[in-house]
Amino acid sequence: MNRLFTLNKYFKRNKGRLSLGVLFILISDFTQVFIPLMLKDSIDALQANASSDLIIRYAIIIFALAVVSGFFRYMIRQTIIVVSRKIEFDLRQDFWTHLLKLSHRYFQNTSTGNIMAHATNDIAAVRMYVGPAVMYSIDTAIKFLIVITIMLSINPTLTAIILLPLPILSFFVYKLSKKIHKKFTLIQETFSDITTMAQENFSGIRIIKSYVREAFEIEKFAKESSEYRKRNMDKIKIQAFFMPLLFLITGTSIILLILIGGNMVIDNQLTLGDIAAFLFFLGMLIWPTIAFGWVANIVQQADASLKRLHTIYDEKIEVKESKETDKSIEEIEGSIKFEKVSFKYGDELPDILTNVTLEIPKGSTLAIVGHTGVGKTSMINLVSRLFDVTSGNIFIDGKNIKSIPLNVLRKNIGMVPQETFLFSDTLENNILYGVENKNKELLNKVANISQLDKDVNQFSEKYNTVLGERGITLSGGQKQRTSIARALAINPKILILDDSFSAVDTKTEEEILIKLKEFMKDRTSIIISHRISTVKDADNIIVLDNGVIAEQGKHNELIDVGGIYYDIHYKQLLEDELQREG
Amino acid sequence: MSCNVRGSGGNNSAKSQNPDDEILGKAYDSKLMKRLLSYVKPYKKYVVAAIFVNIVVAALGAIRPYLTKIAIDDYIVNSNYDGLVTISAILFGTLIFQAIAQYFLTYYTQLMGQNIIYDLRVKLFAHVQKLALKYFDKTPIGRIVTRVTNDVESLNELFASGIVMIFSDIFIIIWILIFMFAMEWELTLVSLSVLPFLIYATFLFRRKVRESYRDVRFQLARLNSYMQEHITGMSIIQLFSKEKKEKTNFAEINDAHKIANINSIFYFAVFFPIVEMLSSGAVALIIWYGGGNVIQGTMTIGVLFAFIQYTEMFFRPIRDLSEKYNIMQTAMASSERIFKLLDNDTIIENPTSPKAINNFTGNVDFKNVWFAYNKEEYVLKDISFSVNTGETVAIVGATGAGKSSIINLLNRFYDVNKGSILVDGIDIRDISKEDLRNHISIVLQDVFLFSGTIASNINLGDSSITEEQIINASKTVGAHGFISKLPEKYNAVVKEKGATLSVGQKQLISFARALAFNPQILILDEATSSVDTETEILIQKAIEKLLKGRTSIVIAHRLSTIQNSDKIIVLHKGEIKEVGTHQQLLSKKGIYFKLYQLQYKDQEVK
Repeated sequence: MNRLFTLNKYFKRNKGRLSLGVLFILISDFTQVFIPLMLKDSIDALQANASSDLIIRYAIIIFALAVVSGFFRYMIRQTIIVVSRKIEFDLRQDFWTHLLKLSHRYFQNTSTGNIMAHATNDIAAVRMYVGPAVMYSIDTAIKFLIVITIMLSINPTLTAIILLPLPILSFFVYKLSKKIHKKFTLIQETFSDITTMAQENFSGIRIIKSYVREAFEIEKFAKESSEYRKRNMDKIKIQAFFMPLLFLITGTSIILLILIGGNMVIDNQLTLGDIAAFLFFLGMLIWPTIAFGWVANIVQQADASLKRLHTIYDEKIEVKESKETDKSIEEIEGSIKFEKVSFKYGDELPDILTNVTLEIPKGSTLAIVGHTGVGKTSMINLVSRLFDVTSGNIFIDGKNIKSIPLNVLRKNIGMVPQETFLFSDTLENNILYGVENKNKELLNKVANISQLDKDVNQFSEKYNTVLGERGITLSGGQKQRTSIARALAINPKILILDDSFSAVDTKTEEEILIKLKEFMKDRTSIIISHRISTVKDADNIIVLDNGVIAEQGKHNELIDVGGIYYDIHYKQLLEDELQREG
Repeated sequence: MSCNVRGSGGNNSAKSQNPDDEILGKAYDSKLMKRLLSYVKPYKKYVVAAIFVNIVVAALGAIRPYLTKIAIDDYIVNSNYDGLVTISAILFGTLIFQAIAQYFLTYYTQLMGQNIIYDLRVKLFAHVQKLALKYFDKTPIGRIVTRVTNDVESLNELFASGIVMIFSDIFIIIWILIFMFAMEWELTLVSLSVLPFLIYATFLFRRKVRESYRDVRFQLARLNSYMQEHITGMSIIQLFSKEKKEKTNFAEINDAHKIANINSIFYFAVFFPIVEMLSSGAVALIIWYGGGNVIQGTMTIGVLFAFIQYTEMFFRPIRDLSEKYNIMQTAMASSERIFKLLDNDTIIENPTSPKAINNFTGNVDFKNVWFAYNKEEYVLKDISFSVNTGETVAIVGATGAGKSSIINLLNRFYDVNKGSILVDGIDIRDISKEDLRNHISIVLQDVFLFSGTIASNINLGDSSITEEQIINASKTVGAHGFISKLPEKYNAVVKEKGATLSVGQKQLISFARALAFNPQILILDEATSSVDTETEILIQKAIEKLLKGRTSIVIAHRLSTIQNSDKIIVLHKGEIKEVGTHQQLLSKKGIYFKLYQLQYKDQEVK
């Protein structure tokens, strides 16, 4: 349980409010125990034939005590539970801040759903601990202490006898809720199976209908639903014990009170008022007794959740700034040099790049071609430091890339990743994502270069058009062009286009390339493409194969080499001939 | 290329929430209730038994304070040791009996609830299977899933706890009132005078809490969708160095969530203390009024004890009433949505007396077919063509030319607006859908794999397709090679949407599937996604085998496919513009020639 102590820093931040909360619990509990005592006095007075004035006074006091206690109950929630929500805020904020720091590799290896499960379930479990569990523990402890002390002062023997069944209740609550929790997890699993099954069925309804598999699907679904019913009943079998046990144990306490207490009254060792007070005290202790078993479970679950959260917190931050980082670097010019760069995704995995040495002078254009999986994307990911090299060095402006502050490096690289990701926000916010100040002129400029402006003019909301689920769905080409505009908008010294025209038609691509030429005049650019037409005008073209630069040179030079590049080009020529023949 | 625009981020708006899902109306609607109760009918015996046991359990609970009164007045005050032991034994007896009865009551009512839910869920799912594609076009899948899962689930609460608990609460209240009035009717009225306040507080609380919970749910959804989206797009955040900004953005959303929660705390913080105060108020009233009577000697002290216990017992059911109300309300809203789906009749009906197709040869005729998804917006205009037995026809055209509509019609996913489609000379509307589809296999552009094994994805759970047939089909399309290299071979588990297989492998599996069903007619919508050269060769070979000797209609994206087809139909804006072979059409230098340049020319270049 040591892990739970790591949460103490969150409690400490809210020390003031928390101690106030504890004070309120004390006051509330203390006032509350006077109610049974007043009841005792009034019943004893009744038996002694007291005046009705006195009885009325007792009645008023009882109500007044309830009002005071109730007010402080209100204050307890307003302090302790509010604190738990504040801590939840801090927990989430810390979680998110940490995620922002984690490296690309982590997100490649971990599914979003997995991270989301931590963000929702585990944080919720920890909050249950810092909020309700802590409140009830303190409340329970204080209440037990005060109530039992008073009960003992009235009659120790009777107290011992009637409280005897209560620990049994705590024990059962603990055991049962633990079992129920386990069964509940099983139910959740089946429920998510049912959901997946339905989701899959409805998504694949065309296949199901065209292969006439409806009856089979219904049977499959019925089977899973039946399993779900069975698992629910497994839980209910245990859960159904809960109420009867509660009756049985608290009821036994009350019967013991009447039997033993009654005997004591007959023997004049106790008054009827004492029995009334004890009856009330028992009522006050029942909920804390249940809470005791319940809290024990919450603590265990919180601990397990915290353990899972810590696996994320302990995740190594791979790409980060270090001692090498030279904070004085604020600008970069854009010349890039690879020096014997090797890269692999893991110790046991094969090299993706082996000893790659390459120079990309400032303001030049480098094109990378090669088959799928030869390491083109890996190579450019090293430049923006989504990954770090396994061995060798990359220099920008002659400085080791690791000495350049990360944000300086990345703010100067306009990256258009192979997989387009846009936020479900307005077009404007997407295009100007990397820009601090909103700037219409810039927006129009980059949208024009990426040939997005004509499309946007057809949207009724223009640049305020919202993308994604709530807004419109862009075509693949429009998405890619938005992604290009986003990269241009940060006015980068280095522009990287990773197969960024794959969904753009050839004519539009040509127009974009012409406009880009002007934009790229003093900038360095790296273009990955499958189309020869895209790369043929580059200052330097490299052909990657098996992790090494197989060919290098200008278009004409590479044609003369007669290697891979020539092959690709030759096929294109064949196509042309074929067309002419047709 | 895969593009991701997911989740919902920054700006919130209530309109984003599906209006259907947030309607909370009446807590009781007799029409809906009647229909819901029709699902209870098969379990009538349970209900009768449950009500009977409920009455007994409630009585056993309610009798104990009365027995306490007897213990005090008759035995303790009169110093009767033996009587005290006897009554304690009786008390204990009622306790044991109540506990046992309560256990079985809970168990069997929950079992009934689970059974009803099961029936309803399967019925709903089966109904969705019957719905036409038109319904799926218009309805987001997530919404249909919610109907079958969460909506049905919220009815579970109604059947399993709601209805039964309401009954048991009513019986408890009735029994308590009987005992109280039997003992002291005046004191009963006095002590119950706090009830109106309790009921008022309860309903006010219910309303307020519901409102604030709605806000909490909204903020939580916003928080989660922000995280979901931004985790997916984390590399963009990092590449553009926007970590600080996204931290602030998150803090803002996180804060709104916190505030919504803190607001909802207020109502709980007020309500529960008020209930406690009212409860103590009732005790004070009993002491004041009952105490007066005791002094005057018109009432015994045991009655005070009993009444104090009765008021406690009375409070719980009423305090929980608001919860019951919410259960009812949610259940009504859910059942309304469920019934709406069950009543949906977007179904393509089978003919009343379908014609059987015997010795099917696979001849297809489109005769002057007109078709529109929406009224009068025709996507197919006067389409006529025929495919002879064993022929391959390729349909080409730009996006939106109406290619997919042709296959949708042949399979009777939709019905034509005008004209007719004949197979072997019979109008497809005169054949049962199942019979028709059993003779047609379809391979869609986006390969759809179900979770399960590779084998179950090929035979789709049809046990009449043997393992041998599965393997043969896979061998024919060239999928056997990579499947047999998997450690589990044909029993290898296919993860969600086939994430573990490559695009090309998935395509080969879908070919094997089509082949395993050995159809007379094959419809192939070729995938456009690029694969490596090796796989491309495999796929081309597979397609050749697939089409051989079979009536086939192909929406072609491969040069090799169109070159091998018997006939190419060029579709343009819903009309057939050109028909002929590859060479014929190329030399025509018409639309096909342009299409060829645009779509097919570059594809061999990788």
